[in-house]
Amino acid sequence: MNRLRVYLVGLVLSLCSPALALGPDEILDDPALENRARSISAELRCLVCRNESIDESNADLARDMRLLVRERLVEGDSDSEVMAFIVERYGEFVLLRPTTDGVNIVLWIAAPALFLIAVLSAGLYLRQRANATEQTKDQLSPDEEKRLRELLKE
Amino acid sequence: MIVELGHFALILAFAIALAQSIIPMVGAYKGWRDWMVVANPMATVQFLLVAFSYAALTYAFLVSDFSVKLVVDNSHTLKPLIYKISGVWGNHEGSLLLWVLTLALFGACAAWFGGNLPATLQARVLAVQSAITAAFMAFTIFTSNPFTRLAFPPFDGTDLNPLLQDPGLAFHPPFLYLGYVGLSMAFSFAIAALIEGRVDAAWGRWVRPWTLAAWVFLTIGIATGSWWAYYELGWGGFWFWDPVENASLMPWLFAAALLHSAIVVEKRETLKSWTILLAILGFGFSLMGTFIVRSGLLTSVHAFAMDPERGVFILMILAAFMGGALTLFAFRAPILEAKGVFSTVSRESALVVNNVLLAVSSFVIFIGTMWPLFAEMLFDRVLSVGPPFFNMAFTPFMVALAMVLPIGAMMPWKRGNLSRAMQPLWGLAAFSVAMGAVTWALQTGNSPMVPIGLALGLWVVLGSAADLWMRTGRGQVAYRLKRLARLPRADWGKATAHTGLGITVFAVSALMGWESEDIRVVQIGESYDKGGYTLTLTSVDRVEGPNYVSTMATIEAHRNGQLVTLLQPEKRFYPVAGMPTTEAAIDYKILRDLYITLGDPQDNGGWAIRTYIKPFANWLWFGCFLMALGGVFSLSDRRFRVAAGASRKSATAVPAE
Repeated sequence: MNRLRVYLVGLVLSLCSPALALGPDEILDDPALENRARSISAELRCLVCRNESIDESNADLARDMRLLVRERLVEGDSDSEVMAFIVERYGEFVLLRPTTDGVNIVLWIAAPALFLIAVLSAGLYLRQRANATEQTKDQLSPDEEKRLRELLKE
Repeated sequence: MIVELGHFALILAFAIALAQSIIPMVGAYKGWRDWMVVANPMATVQFLLVAFSYAALTYAFLVSDFSVKLVVDNSHTLKPLIYKISGVWGNHEGSLLLWVLTLALFGACAAWFGGNLPATLQARVLAVQSAITAAFMAFTIFTSNPFTRLAFPPFDGTDLNPLLQDPGLAFHPPFLYLGYVGLSMAFSFAIAALIEGRVDAAWGRWVRPWTLAAWVFLTIGIATGSWWAYYELGWGGFWFWDPVENASLMPWLFAAALLHSAIVVEKRETLKSWTILLAILGFGFSLMGTFIVRSGLLTSVHAFAMDPERGVFILMILAAFMGGALTLFAFRAPILEAKGVFSTVSRESALVVNNVLLAVSSFVIFIGTMWPLFAEMLFDRVLSVGPPFFNMAFTPFMVALAMVLPIGAMMPWKRGNLSRAMQPLWGLAAFSVAMGAVTWALQTGNSPMVPIGLALGLWVVLGSAADLWMRTGRGQVAYRLKRLARLPRADWGKATAHTGLGITVFAVSALMGWESEDIRVVQIGESYDKGGYTLTLTSVDRVEGPNYVSTMATIEAHRNGQLVTLLQPEKRFYPVAGMPTTEAAIDYKILRDLYITLGDPQDNGGWAIRTYIKPFANWLWFGCFLMALGGVFSLSDRRFRVAAGASRKSATAVPAE
């Protein structure tokens, strides 16, 4: 399994040659539609690439996906319909912005939840520090004070 | 022969490292002085041996010794000299040897410059450091030996990955490694302190320079990596939220948190156990970064060494050190009593807020980076977590950080007064918001990104300047100016680094919000307009490089009829590696970069050309540079230079920061 993955990745890396991502021939004439296509493309992952969106990728598959996105848009699909279409075809893996369903909710609430926990514990700590009494080296322990008194008596 | 000597030296160093991780530890426990001090010469010899070993490998690259497997796989006789040197660390085995070399170097530095440390603490620090070095040496020797010979050497090598044949990338890994490994020093200090059961102001003062140095190196390493991505990958992105980038950002955030909380330990003797925990986790995330890169567990741009077996070995190192450290922490942390008392409104609290924001944002990146792995292993869902998630989850923390930074920096220790701290800041806050609003009104689009980034950046920069000015006390302007020059370097460092952060915040927002691009097919001789320039493609030529063939376009940029600059974007092909690369042509200017890449030839004889206007791109690297420079200023503060330690508190103490 692992070995297979290594080969696959090697193969994949050789497919992605750095040249031009989005080609001039792909751009739609309608600027509004093209803008929508760009923002959708930035949210979709190139399947055969490293960590790249199809908007940035140079792989042939990414080009196919870009063309597919534009094709759907021209046919009048809404953004979410295009996304749904692509996900159905290529799987959840293509989404660079993970969905919020199922366990993914953990991922999404992680940031606010962690922040809340951190703020609460920091708040508790700060209150405790504010109420604590200062213990410094200058204060003598009862034993030391006793000894000091004895020494002074002599 | 030299190669074998290098291999032998590494094995010898490994033996010394093992001894050094045990003998001083026992000595410190038993109170045997000679067993403790032996750590010093051991650390020196260990470093010299590893340095020799590294030099031997470099020599094999320099003379193109193709009987060494590593040289065959990563070099070529035609490769330029600089890449023969950088090629040593441009691969798994060599980069590990560099990692070991930096570990040994930091250990040796602790031996050379740690004369003012208490003997037991120094012995324990050197022992822990050496244990880490030994683990990585074992990893190198047993799973990734760089000195392996070939029975039948080929005539020539297979060349270094062309993407790595670049000056930016040549110096990116060593800095990153110095940073990662610098955190090992903070880790060693933390473990030694836990064993000693003593964390005091002096400890805070000793651990801070190492953390600062590590953070400075990480800053430079990350910035050069980002700059490299900007000009090399061909579409001018500077940050991709790639797992390997995240692996370097997490320790950076932790190091930033640590160097702030160590100030609290140094000045106020509180936040001790938290600081120790940060030191442990900071290095833990460095190891995690190594694990992510080396195992290729998360596929990414940087996965030039993918091998599950090696991943398992690093995971074992990670588990052993983190497990051991955290167990020790759980047992010993309760005895670290906090001393200083402070009210809820104080510099201490402000630094706690800083730590909360930095640490939580780092954990969020961690969860996002590892989520695809968890989801696949535990829930059988194959999914991706990409830039849209990270931008959304990470940005709020940085916005909050920028908002509270100037207020916190102004706050006095122990007991502060919010309205008094805000007094000199209200005007600056109002001005920053106003400038943001003006930007919002003047810009053409309606994205709030740049106005917010500008307001925040301005607020941080002005706040840092105000903080510095307030430090000069009361009196006439001339008098205060004079005092400004005499402020401790740490104050200058603080202001410089914070200014750098403000500039970076603004530059990131400008680059993301105001970038504009143009994609078109251009015929030779044809002109087009972009961002106030008239660009003319004059020719496309074939150019022979030392170890590549290039297709180079020449584009003239005119403005108001005057020739501004000549841009020559290239597409290179490296025949030995069989790989193409893109070389963008960039005209760097203060307010914007003109960025052009050359694409494929079209059927009609034209060329696909992408033109970008990247506003304030240089400010991003300048901001990072300022942050690093601020760290260097702080590092040169006299309280770190003067051998002031636990033994003797200098009477002319530096004023508190």
